[in-house]
Amino acid sequence: MSSQDPRTEDATALDELGAIRAIMDRSQRFLSLSGLSGIAAGAVAIVTAFVADHWLESLGASRMDQYAPLLDPGYPGKLVWDRVAALIILGVVAAVLAIASAWWFTRRNVRRKGHRMWDATVRRMFVHMAVPLAAGGIFCLALLVHGLPALVAPATLVFYGLALINASKFTLDEVRWLGLSELVVGLFAVFVPGHGLLCWSLGFGVLHIGYGTYMYLRYERR
Amino acid sequence: MIADLDKAFESRVRLGIMAVLAVNTWVDHARLRELLDVTDGNLASHLSALERMAYVEVRKRFVGKKPNTAYKSTTAGKRAFQAHLDALEQLLKKDLRP
Repeated sequence: MSSQDPRTEDATALDELGAIRAIMDRSQRFLSLSGLSGIAAGAVAIVTAFVADHWLESLGASRMDQYAPLLDPGYPGKLVWDRVAALIILGVVAAVLAIASAWWFTRRNVRRKGHRMWDATVRRMFVHMAVPLAAGGIFCLALLVHGLPALVAPATLVFYGLALINASKFTLDEVRWLGLSELVVGLFAVFVPGHGLLCWSLGFGVLHIGYGTYMYLRYERR
Repeated sequence: MIADLDKAFESRVRLGIMAVLAVNTWVDHARLRELLDVTDGNLASHLSALERMAYVEVRKRFVGKKPNTAYKSTTAGKRAFQAHLDALEQLLKKDLRP
């Protein structure tokens, strides 16, 4: 092969620049995210939605108006705060369980590859998720203050979807598609506010399990 | 034109190492191996070659009880890598002109 031939030279140069670009991009991503993390988080979400649904039903929720027990019948737009607080606590416990199990499976994956857990790529991914998630949390509190509990479940899906899309530049590509799917389910849920918990378990439960299984089969099963 | 291309970067592995180190500081051995998909021995020999040319800096320390070796690009290494990229770009531009 003669290096004088400009075509070969060009092809090599192009090829090399492409490879360099790909490596630079890959090197800034967190690639050890475990699919099992998604499956665990999804399972926690489905159990949580089931518990919340049954609890609301036991308080007299109807199929058409899931959130009736949260509203004070005497004062329109006023919430029964101790019931709302109980749901918030349930949500926080679910989030802690989901994050802890996700952390555990991902850490297992990281260790298997001989890496450290808290490196620059993980930090970058977390920071890019944290900003939309914090905004979403405050937004949901505002919804409750204004007496709109039906919009909280859709809002959590929308902000979580945006957080994933934002963080996906720094991890596996599937995360972007998961984020877009969460966003679509969340936006749909805004239009059917009476079915918030169903959409919530679809978004946080079924989608996590689906994408988690796909990622596990694609990257981890050997 | 060809003369501008740095001989040090003729190997894909070396080019890959410099690419990773251009956008990250202190990358450890295991991470480089994963990103570049090479064997330990192959990676080690290219890293020591780059170290001899003073293109990379090595840091050995213990993380807990495990020894951890991490690498960082030196200023000279970054400059050489950038010059190599410019040379590749020039090569392409030159041939685009009629």
